Amino acid sequence: MNYYIRKVVIQLLSKVVTKEEALSKIHDGQTIMFGDWHGEFAADEIIDGMIEKGVKDIAAIAVSAGMPDQGVGKLIVEKRIKSLITTHIGLNPVAGEQMLAGELEIEFSPQGTWAERVRCGGAGLGGCLTPTGVGTEMEKGKQKLMINGKEYLLELPLHADIALVKATKADTAGNISFRMNSRATNSTIAYAADFVIVEVEDVVEVGELGPEEIDVPAPIIDMIYVKTGEKKPLCPMWQRAKAKAEAKAKAKAEGGKK
Amino acid sequence: MERLTGRALIASRCAKFFKNGDFVNLGIGVPLMCVNYLPEGVDIWLEAEIGTVGSGAVPKWENVDVDVIDAGGQPASIIKGGSVYDHETSFAFIRGGHIDAAVLGTLQVDEEGNIANWTIPGKFVPGMGGAMDLCAGVKKIIVATDHCEKSGKSKILKKCTLPLTGANCVTDIVTEKCYFEVTSNGLLLKELAKDYTVEDVLACTEADVIVPDKIGVME
Repeated sequence: MNYYIRKVVIQLLSKVVTKEEALSKIHDGQTIMFGDWHGEFAADEIIDGMIEKGVKDIAAIAVSAGMPDQGVGKLIVEKRIKSLITTHIGLNPVAGEQMLAGELEIEFSPQGTWAERVRCGGAGLGGCLTPTGVGTEMEKGKQKLMINGKEYLLELPLHADIALVKATKADTAGNISFRMNSRATNSTIAYAADFVIVEVEDVVEVGELGPEEIDVPAPIIDMIYVKTGEKKPLCPMWQRAKAKAEAKAKAKAEGGKK
Repeated sequence: MERLTGRALIASRCAKFFKNGDFVNLGIGVPLMCVNYLPEGVDIWLEAEIGTVGSGAVPKWENVDVDVIDAGGQPASIIKGGSVYDHETSFAFIRGGHIDAAVLGTLQVDEEGNIANWTIPGKFVPGMGGAMDLCAGVKKIIVATDHCEKSGKSKILKKCTLPLTGANCVTDIVTEKCYFEVTSNGLLLKELAKDYTVEDVLACTEADVIVPDKIGVME
């Protein structure tokens, strides 16, 4: 009896929204976590929507600064990001320029530390103790604790107003699943924000994703936005690399004819 | 067999540290070249920070899968038996002592086993990525590096001057000239590449070097 009632409720509660509805939750000055990997596996259409809407002064948390034309990197280029907690900005020279010019405040965390800080933020933990960075300048301003004869740094949790997640597939209830490497940082950040918006390639009916296929469960997710553009485009970095490889092959073929 | 020199020699020597079945993380550049020189009978589980266990060869463009990438975001593949994880599990492998060896490039390394490879303050500030976690959690940290900077200045120092990536963590240093083991007493010259003498190595090494009676040939 109970089971039947609950099943009906879940079917009624579709979390699928339009891009405008998703963007209505995003405002100037918010802290936003971006799931991605160098701007790949990012919520591209929502990020483009943020640029069009004019959202600014964002405190961003992302594993890298993306690339100038990929992921959170696009918002950096447009000067919409005021601060960034990250691990690496080497593939986005614009982020480095803005940092050195004092326009973008950057806090570096070692990558595993960044991951655990986000996890702590989503898991109700007050921080984590890591050996990473002991004996380096990462110690600055942090508590150092000796546990069983080994030194650890206390690293504090990260939490955001919004998490912008990219997943491969969702069901209408908000369960999401990731294909291959595309989970990247996306599954972790989903737990560490007050409101979670997921951009997906496909949406299916409840029940089509089996219990073992669901990577982050529906109660964690607030909104599902289904991409309207190409589902799996080659990212700009790969387009450039491919064009370069093709041009090289062509030049070689033509050279060979002479 | 073709005689190796320079960076190919460095990669080939580093590959000899691995045992069959080792779980290994290789940095971008010369470290990743190690996979081309694995000794006969040795295969490794290559870890990629994005969360792959068993990274495979770079695919041809007609075979790329946009959902399979390496640590640098480039097209990648996964070997048979390989698997994918989330980001924090990937770093649990690294920090948790599950990875047998990592090969890293560097800007500086010193006789105490300190390594500095993530920043030149004010000039080169890309961020440390996963390098500090590797230094903190991996049992064997092999540094694969040119012996000197382009200017000719030694990269093998008494004490690193740049901000450290990891303290007292480097176990082995391989350059185009020689292989040093990092011991509690300092750098022990274990092997010399052909064409180089002990004097050549001492001349371009700022760190103190322990020169034993018997030195092997690096190949």
